[in-house]
Amino acid sequence: MLEITNLHASIDGKSILQGYNLSLPAGQVHAIMGPNGSGKSTLSYVLAGRDGYDITEGDVQLNGETLLPLAPEERAARGLFLGMQYPVEIPGVSNMVFLKTALNAQRRAKGMNELDAVEFLQNIKTAAQQLGLSDDMLKRSVNTGFSGGEKKRNEMLQMLMLQPTCAVLDETDSGLDVDALKVIANAINAMRAPTRSFLIITHYQRLLDYVKPDVVHIQAHGKIVATGGPELAHKLEAEGYKAFGIEQAA
Amino acid sequence: MSDNANIHAVIDAEYKYGFVTDIESDRAPKGLNEDTVRFISAKKNEPAWMLAWRLQAFATWQRMKTPTWARVQFPPIDYQDAYYYAAPKQKIAPQSLDEVDPELLKTYEKLGIPIREQELLAGVAPKKIAVDAVFDSVSVATTYKKELEAKGIIFCSFGEAVQKHPDLVKKYLGSVVPVADNYFAALNSAVFTDGSFVFVPKGVRCPMELSTYFRINAENTGQFERTLIIADDQSYVSYLEGCTAPKRDDNQLHAAVVELVAHDDAEIKYSTVQNWYPGDKDGKGGIYNFVTKRGECRGARSKISWTQVETGSAITWKYPSCVLKGDHSVGEFYSVAIANNCQQADTGTKMIHLGNHTRSTIISKGISAGRAQNTYRGLVKFARTARHARNRTQCDSMLIGNQCGAHTVPYIESRQPSASVEHEATTAKISEEQLFYCRQRGLNAEEAMTLIVNGFCREVLQQLPMEFAVEAQKLVGISLEGSVG
Repeated sequence: MLEITNLHASIDGKSILQGYNLSLPAGQVHAIMGPNGSGKSTLSYVLAGRDGYDITEGDVQLNGETLLPLAPEERAARGLFLGMQYPVEIPGVSNMVFLKTALNAQRRAKGMNELDAVEFLQNIKTAAQQLGLSDDMLKRSVNTGFSGGEKKRNEMLQMLMLQPTCAVLDETDSGLDVDALKVIANAINAMRAPTRSFLIITHYQRLLDYVKPDVVHIQAHGKIVATGGPELAHKLEAEGYKAFGIEQAA
Repeated sequence: MSDNANIHAVIDAEYKYGFVTDIESDRAPKGLNEDTVRFISAKKNEPAWMLAWRLQAFATWQRMKTPTWARVQFPPIDYQDAYYYAAPKQKIAPQSLDEVDPELLKTYEKLGIPIREQELLAGVAPKKIAVDAVFDSVSVATTYKKELEAKGIIFCSFGEAVQKHPDLVKKYLGSVVPVADNYFAALNSAVFTDGSFVFVPKGVRCPMELSTYFRINAENTGQFERTLIIADDQSYVSYLEGCTAPKRDDNQLHAAVVELVAHDDAEIKYSTVQNWYPGDKDGKGGIYNFVTKRGECRGARSKISWTQVETGSAITWKYPSCVLKGDHSVGEFYSVAIANNCQQADTGTKMIHLGNHTRSTIISKGISAGRAQNTYRGLVKFARTARHARNRTQCDSMLIGNQCGAHTVPYIESRQPSASVEHEATTAKISEEQLFYCRQRGLNAEEAMTLIVNGFCREVLQQLPMEFAVEAQKLVGISLEGSVG
């Protein structure tokens, strides 16, 4: 599924990822935890192909195909989804139009017909209901004037609709109250499937109470420094990054 | 960051209407003098009063100077180095569409203009749009005339109106935009060649959209059309204007005058999708679009609404305005102006409140990309007589890349203490973040840009008649091609 091999990436000449290795098999959920500035968001952007990052070494493969030469939209069409830490507002573009445009763009890229309007409407209403989003939210402009929690739920709505094969969720749990957290966890759990994998980037143990990860990685200074089972997250919660020999800048 | 590199890669659009129709044309001798004016008037078989009006306008123009207050730059125009009349050669005037030169019909077909009346297909009547097609200096065809005539609606070329409805033309011509209003209006008054004339009688709601489609084809030729729309008491008409021109290395002048008159309880909705050739990406060629458009809400409770989508022209100098004379009359101005590459746009509106309880709304969306400069210039004026008048203005600018400029120049003059005015202005930059977000969901860079810009313009685009809104949305995308990469 997702294979990151010896990945080195820098931005504005500053080296951020320094020999990153990660193997995420199909059907699994991996969590990445790490202190601020350890390169977690950079990893997510590099995977999604955001501009501005120089890849100096290494490779990223999704289902056996290297992603690095591909544009962000080509990676999306191959099933890569990035749930953003700070979802972006697009004034004047309704959520519904946005999702329909995105979905159809992906379908076209895969040589499929555009989705039938009625079918689309049914799907989006079901997905919205599952996330506790009102019909009104579907008509509103993408993320515009949404609360932090609404934005994150909206990311999950997009994930449900786009049905990715590999979802990278960058701090989707940050800033959520416990009820919203459960809603999001339920959405992820409902989507777990033998052909789909998740990479959950988080600062906190609490999301992992609801979404049980198969593997937990600890990241520091642009690479993975420890890998283990869910117990690793508990150890981190109890003892902090010092337990992993990570000194944090004051 | 490479967001700019990214953005720069979507702004190099090819202008797809840039072809030239190979058709022989009948032209006035080059240059501009009294004889040119006489030549045009004679070609059009005009009565003496019309020629006298033109000559007086020409004399006025000669005493005037090119206005320099707009934020646009161009070398002085040599008015002697252009043609003022060009007409496709036709042996005899066509009596029906079947007699129109097939080359001309093909041109409009290629432009996607429904110049043939739509036949009933399998019992389904298509949505009708009556079209007046103006090619260079003359109108070549007007459709659905019979059907409109049955309701008493006059929709014809301006030339025909001068011949067949001289009293109406005499009564209204120059009554909203006087000859001496400004330099380009005076020039137009002297040398205007054709355009559209609309009269909707009392109590009639025009059953279809009326549309004029302007095409400049001949080289070195200015286009000076004149449009006059009159809505009598309690009538309604929706009118759309479209325009394109071939790609040429020289700049061509388009100086039109549009006058609208709305009587008691009448409503005129005037929409423009302006897509003149904007010049190449280095600023070579393109149309100078110096246009005077003004509507007068002459009657009580009348309403005039301007909606414009300005994507073309090398230079746009245009301020569709409303004079709100009648009590409780309403003026609206909805504008999207996109300037890319080296385009310069100085556009906006004037809302002149004269009557009591008059209301006006201005929503302007300016988008600048490449090295373009985009200025909103507006005047909201409340005369002493305009008690309890209101205006709301919203000017939003969007910048794409970092070499373009957006400017807002709002003037507000009030001589009436009960007037209320609200003004809001914002400037946003299309962000790399927004583009990345859309692309991560599967849209390519151009689709993303089009979606974001259309979202930004939504309030204006939704004012357009349905069938044109879709076109306009596509045009927004085309105009910005090459501005992201």
